[in-house]
Formats: sequence, C-alpha cells, structure tokens
Amino acid sequence: MGMEYIQGIAILIGINLIAVLGLSILTGFTGLFSFGHGGFMAIGAYISAIVSTRLGLPAPIAFPAAILAGALAAGLVSVFIGKLTLNLKGDYFCIATMGFGEATRVILNNVDYVGGARGWANLPQFTTWWIVLVLDVAIVLLAWNIINSRHGRNMVAVREEELAAQMAGVNTFRSKMTALIVSAALAGIAGALMANYIQFIRPTMFNMAKSTDLTIMVIFGGLGSISGSIVGTILLVSLPEVFRNFAQWRLVIYGLAVIIIMVGRPQGIMGGVEMTPAGIRKIFAARRAKAKLEAELKAAEQGDAA
Amino acid sequence: MDQFLQQLVNGLSIGVIYALMAVGYSLVYSIMNFSNFAHGSVIMLGAYFGFYALTKLGVPFYVAFFIAAMATATIAVILERLAYKPLRDRRAPFLYFIITAMGASIFIDNSVIATIGPTPKTFPTELLPTFFQGDPLEWGALTVGRVDIAIFLVAATCLALLMIFIDFTKLGKAIQATAYNMKASALMGINPNFVIILVFAIGGGLAGMAGVLYGMKYQVFPQMSAITLKSFIAAVFGGLGSLPGALLGSVLLALIETFVSGYLSTQYRDLFAFIILIGMLVVRPSGIMGKDAEDKA
Repeated sequence: MGMEYIQGIAILIGINLIAVLGLSILTGFTGLFSFGHGGFMAIGAYISAIVSTRLGLPAPIAFPAAILAGALAAGLVSVFIGKLTLNLKGDYFCIATMGFGEATRVILNNVDYVGGARGWANLPQFTTWWIVLVLDVAIVLLAWNIINSRHGRNMVAVREEELAAQMAGVNTFRSKMTALIVSAALAGIAGALMANYIQFIRPTMFNMAKSTDLTIMVIFGGLGSISGSIVGTILLVSLPEVFRNFAQWRLVIYGLAVIIIMVGRPQGIMGGVEMTPAGIRKIFAARRAKAKLEAELKAAEQGDAA
Repeated sequence: MDQFLQQLVNGLSIGVIYALMAVGYSLVYSIMNFSNFAHGSVIMLGAYFGFYALTKLGVPFYVAFFIAAMATATIAVILERLAYKPLRDRRAPFLYFIITAMGASIFIDNSVIATIGPTPKTFPTELLPTFFQGDPLEWGALTVGRVDIAIFLVAATCLALLMIFIDFTKLGKAIQATAYNMKASALMGINPNFVIILVFAIGGGLAGMAGVLYGMKYQVFPQMSAITLKSFIAAVFGGLGSLPGALLGSVLLALIETFVSGYLSTQYRDLFAFIILIGMLVVRPSGIMGKDAEDKA
C-alpha cells in the first residue's frame, strides 16, 4: 500500500467523478437514463490521443488542446445523437444510447488509424493528481451552478413532469439537450484524462459495462444529489480496489451491492439530499437549539415543582 | 445463388436461437414494461447446466436439455422473487428494474467466472445423440451442419408450442390479458403475481434451451451473456412486447447479419446490428410489430 498506489486510486476516482457528475446532471436532475456514456468517453479518449500524439504540438499546448478537443468532439456528437433520440420515451432513450455506445465501440474496433481492437499504447502521460483535483473542483462548482440556475430548475421540472413543464413554458427539448451536451462533454474530458493517464486505450475499455458503471455510481449515491454522486463515485471506484485480494470475487460483490442498494435503499446513499457546509451547520444548529429547548423545559418543570 | 442459399440456411439456424432468447425479453417486457438485462446471464447459465448435466451427471442429451430448461426456469423465478418483486411492491420506476437487472447480470456472470473460470467449454460430440455425429449433410452445393438442423427443429418446435400455449390455452390468455391491462385483468380475477411468475418461468425455460443450443453450435463461456444482447436488439427490432415481432425480428436480424458477414465483411456484422437498432428506434420505436407506444403523461 504505497503512496503511489493510493494516489493512483485517487486519480481514477477523480477521472470517473468528472464523467459521473455529467451523468448526474443528465440522470439525477433531468431524469434521462443513458447506457451509452462509455461511447462519449471513448470519443474523448481517442480524439485527445490523436491531438496529443499525431499533431506534433509542443507539450505545454498539447495537453490542454487534447482535453478541449475531447470535450468538443463528444459534445458535438451528443448534439447529433440528441436530435435523433431525445424525443424517445422512457427506456427507448436508454436503449438508443446503449446502441450508440456499442456502435462507437464497434466502429473504433475497425479503425486501424487508432489501433483497432488491439488498442493504442504508448500515449503520453500528462494527467497528474493536481490537474485532476483542480478540474474536479472546477466541475463540481460548474455542476452546482448549473443545477441552481434557471436551466437547472427547468431540468428538474422536466424530470418531475415533462408535460406540465412544457405547459408552463419550459422548452423541454432544449433543457434535455443542454443536459445531454454537458454530460457528454464531461464524459469526453474524463475520457481524455483517462487516455493520458493510463497511456493505453482500447475500445473494450468503453463498453456497455463502463456506461453501466457510471450510471450505477450516480444511482448508488442518490439521484438528484451532486454530493451523492461524489460519495457514490468514491465508494464504487475504491470498492473493487479494497477487494482486490479476492480478485475474481470483487465483481460478484459489486453486482450484489447494486442489487441490495436498489432493493434496500433505492433513493441511494444521499437520497436526493445535498451535503453542503451550510447544511451540516444547520444540522448542528438544530441539535443545539433542541438541546437548549430541552434544558429550558427541564428548568421550567423544576420551577413549577418548586 | 448457391452462396445465397447457404447464407439463408446459416441465417435461419442462428435466427431461431435468437428467437428463443428474444421471446424471454419480449414476454417480460409485455407484462412489466422493462428490459430484463439479466436474461442473457440466465441463458449463459442454461448452457452450463446443460453442459454439466451431460458430462458430469452422464444423463442422455434429452434429459440434460430438460434439466437445463428446468434449472433456468427456477433461477429466473427466484430472481424475480428476490430482486424484482420488492421493486414491484414499491412501484419503483422502470429504471430501477433495469439497474437491478444489470446488477444481477454482473453478479451471475462473475460468479461463474469466479467458480468455473472463463475458459470456453465445448460440448463433447460423442455424448450427443447419434444424429449429431458424422459429417455435415450435403444437398448439391449446400452444406448444412447436423447441429444446425437439430437446432432448427428443436427451436421451431418450442416456439410453435409457445405460440399455441399463448393463443389457445387459458393461461396463455391470462398472460395476454395481463399484458394488455394488468389492473383490469386483476379485477377480472387473474392473479398478476402468478402471471409474472409464469412469464419468468417460460422465459427462463426457453433461455435454458437457447443456451444449450447456442453452446452446442459454438462453445460455452461466461461472456455468452453479452452476446445475447443481439437477441435483445432483435426483440426491439421486431417490437418489444410482441411475440410474433420477436420471432420476425430475430430471423430478420440473423439473416441481415449473415448476409452482411457473407457478402461484406464479418467486421461490419455487429455495426449493422447496432445501426439497425438505432435506426429502428428513430423511425419507429415500437418496432415492426409492436403496438404504438402510448404516452402515459
């Protein structure tokens, strides 16, 4: 258990968190479920790898350019996918995104320019712990601001009752599209960071299991909660690492954990409640107030008795 | 022309297996309105049950086939009771069902990998009935594997029996009624819990058979459950929730796949499947034969 090992896990948590936060906006706040965000991660990863290795840019420019290109590419593709599928109802959207994710994987399998099914090795390692941390903080703030803006309130309205939101003048298609683009671009950034951290990418890394993992992290933490997504990501990325000694069994435990949380605590760990400094202060303030009230009541009772 | 006929035969032989699998997805969807992604894992378990019944228990093939179907039917029902019933009781949104199904799938697949191991297993030909042994049958330029003929006969028989069961028996009509309107049929005295168990048992049983047949045609391995995604696409293609749709979608998808890999390239086979899936959803989400999805706003 060296420092480096722990830092490695921390970086993985940070990278996944970026994608999960995007999905949290799409799934937790807008109510759209995607099983294809692995596809957006793949687009981010491959585009960023092309930018950072094939264009011959100098190192200081190459990495920011790679991340930006990854985010842009994923965002652009999501506009196209969204135009096609966002009008689909319920699980048909889910199935369509799954088709998109798998189609992306199969296409990448056949493009020799990026290594095909064998994968693409020897990518530069630009991603560091500090870059991930700074990006994480920035994206948490971004997500927080989106949720608390007019756009965010429209998204929640779409989630709660799409028809009513439409009647109230919300452009529901635009709200859904915004959520999809943001989530896809964030998945693209996560993919770009992943490619430039592991230094090796192959299409199977971004299969349906990866997309499902991301969605499970959002649900595990609690739908409609940014802090829940953070807690969910930390727990679910580190869980398999904790059980690494059981090698084969860790995914069995993971699957079981998913069933248990769905059946036992469907609202997720945070249950749609945010954990904020103000919220925590409020809890403590409420406790103090209660204690004070009880003390006063006791004093009053004693006064009555006397 | 010869190649065309050959591809047609190949397509049909895989198409009926897809159909056996797709029926399970479709039946569950018709009653419970969610895509049961654990179905693929149940199919995979069926292949293993069949394999071990044949090699370890040493029973004749027909008995092994029956054991596999019974075992997977039981597992599908247990899964429903343990994982889906609590969600149903709570009236959870469809997504929770899908995620639970995904969790169950991860759980089952990796349990098999952890206990049995990922190495593919091949059905030993010498333990199969004598019909399966020997060279492929040839008619002119057409070559048909003996396993393929058996698969076609067994699968077609099972599917025909299922159709008769659904259309002409009281229980089958109960399933149809519940699919049409669960609340109203419950008021008419049809127990929805019983129908759901029945549907999972039928789907599970067919899954076991499909698993054994698929394992005989190719091999038995844990990743089989991911390959069954094709049958899910077939179910969507034909129209989720519609049995004739599942059959038609399966055969069409299999034919398209075999023709693409025969005339273009095997690499594009999977791509075509997913493009068909997305294209169908965009043009007509309810599939070829599905009833139009009503907007329950």
